[in-house]
Amino acid sequence: MIGYYAAVRYLCRRLGQGLLVLFAVSALSFALAETAPGSIVDELRLNPRISPATIAAMRDRYGLDESLPEKYLHWLQSIWRRDFGYSVIYQGPVAPLLWPRVRNTLLLTVTATALAWLVALVVGAWAASRKGQWPDRLTAAGTTILLSVPDLLLGLLLLLLAVRTGYFPTGGLASVGFDELGTLEKLGDLGAHLFLPVTGLMLIELPTLARHVRASLIEVLQAPFIQAARATGISEQRLLVRHALRAAANPLIALFGLSVAGLLSASLVIEAVMSWPGLGLLLLEAVGARDLHLVVAAVTCSTILLIAGNLLADALLYLADPRVRPQQA
Amino acid sequence: MNATPRMPRGRVLLGLLGLVYLSTIVAGFIAPVDPATQNRDFPFAPPTRLHFVDAERGVYLRPFVYRLTPDAGTFGEYAEDRSRIYPVRFLVRGAPYRVIGLFASDLHLFGTDSPSGLFLMGSDSFGRDQFSRFLHGGQISLFAGLLGAALSLGVGVVLGGLAGFYGTWIDQAIMRTAEIFLAVPWFYLLFAVRMALPLEMPPAQAFLMVLAVIGLAGWSRPALLVRGVVLSAKQRDYVVAARGLGATDAHLLRRHVLPQVMGIALTQAALLAPQYTLAEVTLSFFGLGVSEPVPSWGNMLATLQRYDVLSSYWWMFVPGIALILVFLLYYSLADVFHQRAAAF
Repeated sequence: MIGYYAAVRYLCRRLGQGLLVLFAVSALSFALAETAPGSIVDELRLNPRISPATIAAMRDRYGLDESLPEKYLHWLQSIWRRDFGYSVIYQGPVAPLLWPRVRNTLLLTVTATALAWLVALVVGAWAASRKGQWPDRLTAAGTTILLSVPDLLLGLLLLLLAVRTGYFPTGGLASVGFDELGTLEKLGDLGAHLFLPVTGLMLIELPTLARHVRASLIEVLQAPFIQAARATGISEQRLLVRHALRAAANPLIALFGLSVAGLLSASLVIEAVMSWPGLGLLLLEAVGARDLHLVVAAVTCSTILLIAGNLLADALLYLADPRVRPQQA
Repeated sequence: MNATPRMPRGRVLLGLLGLVYLSTIVAGFIAPVDPATQNRDFPFAPPTRLHFVDAERGVYLRPFVYRLTPDAGTFGEYAEDRSRIYPVRFLVRGAPYRVIGLFASDLHLFGTDSPSGLFLMGSDSFGRDQFSRFLHGGQISLFAGLLGAALSLGVGVVLGGLAGFYGTWIDQAIMRTAEIFLAVPWFYLLFAVRMALPLEMPPAQAFLMVLAVIGLAGWSRPALLVRGVVLSAKQRDYVVAARGLGATDAHLLRRHVLPQVMGIALTQAALLAPQYTLAEVTLSFFGLGVSEPVPSWGNMLATLQRYDVLSSYWWMFVPGIALILVFLLYYSLADVFHQRAAAF
């Protein structure tokens, strides 16, 4: 019971810290976006068909003549109204733009991460169990090469593959006429569109994960309890999966928490290259159009995702390892 | 790992990297033409073939090229006009250029009299020489990474050092600020910082802008690492002893703390420089960094966003392949630095 109480308290404290950080990030991105010269009505002013009165009304409506703290305060109020400000390029509140983008980014990143871990565990275990032999060297060479290929280039190379073979759709979320398809066809279509970005993101994540899996497994495999287990005569496979992997879980879960930031970052590039309508692509559009509220909202959202990922890693660590429980309270 | 006689790997890697950077500095000399010169009759010309043997005239020691002619009847394909040979000449006079903006010259490493030019790495959509653009673009992309790393490391070392050495509220203020920057995924942060600056600006300013964006977005991680090193260095017995003997803060910093920071700073530099080069490439790729007609590896790769270019003209990938090689060099170098710092 005490453990449960401590866990809740710990989680609450982390949540509180997260909220503070979120607040600070939104203020920072707001200040950054606001120092930008020029505003959304500047181009309209050049248009002779729009009267100065209209422009003045627009300045008033968007609050362009307010001071920075005033503007920020107004934006905070818009969170309370749950519209997260006004997007100029989409001519409407920001919130309804945000949710589908966040959903798409989550769909992409969660699928890619799950696959990357699956492959990394298999490859890492394979390399670790044959340390110094050819599978190990092959893995080392492969991961080194993958590490050195920039995310951007990997995305372009996959696109090249898609354009050359014609097997996969090269961008977007769904085919034309998606709504008329049956449920199964819809799933198939989504899968086809997911294939390229997921593969890209997975290949970006894979080398780091596989290397860490290998390293922590090798460390565990030298532990006395593994020697003892081996002495009882259980199979190598069972030893690896049931005993070594479980003991190596701790640093790997920590790695998961650390890798969330890189994952979201890589996702932005992949989304933009493959025109996957996620949060990253939204941010790029917003920066290109100087759409203030949209930029702030997208950056804040990415921070929420990052903090949520870290909290998830904390929770997993808590579940996986009884030893960390009392210390964390 | 292998049993070959041990080479000083760090030095070899540093030498290779130095060579790469040097060749981009003297890009004007190595490149046969100005990177902005357009040759609109030859868009997307494949890399010009260097010949040594001519069917009628025999074998030459000096490489020569044939004139390219747009292939009649096809679109965007070229044939070689074999009626005349154009030898590749070395150390020729050509378009004027400046090295680091200081030394003016018009001497080029090689050139040819061929009217269609010599496209060592093909040409782009405007018929500009990809090889010349590649070298000049490397100047921007590679130095954005190196100088960006120096900038953010400099800020990181100063702030992290202050935080770790003096502690108290300075530490609190600096570290809380760093946490805010670390709470945003890297590319999201980069684009958010980019938002603070005007969309379009002249190339020289744009380069400084990219540097500023990178430095401002990237200072927090090195600061965090340096703070950790300083904190642990401060508590070592010999540092405590030196303090007890009356050493000043300045002496402690210079004599005992900074040498330890150097190890980690070098490793960080070797990791940050490629990361920041990629940051410049990504910014320019999406039209938010250095813009045309000035080449950078990012805006050169941006042509590949057109599917016809992507699938037909492989030589447009050259900057990307160069990035892979530079990354490999840097990561190997980081490995060497890391091992050395760990041994320290």
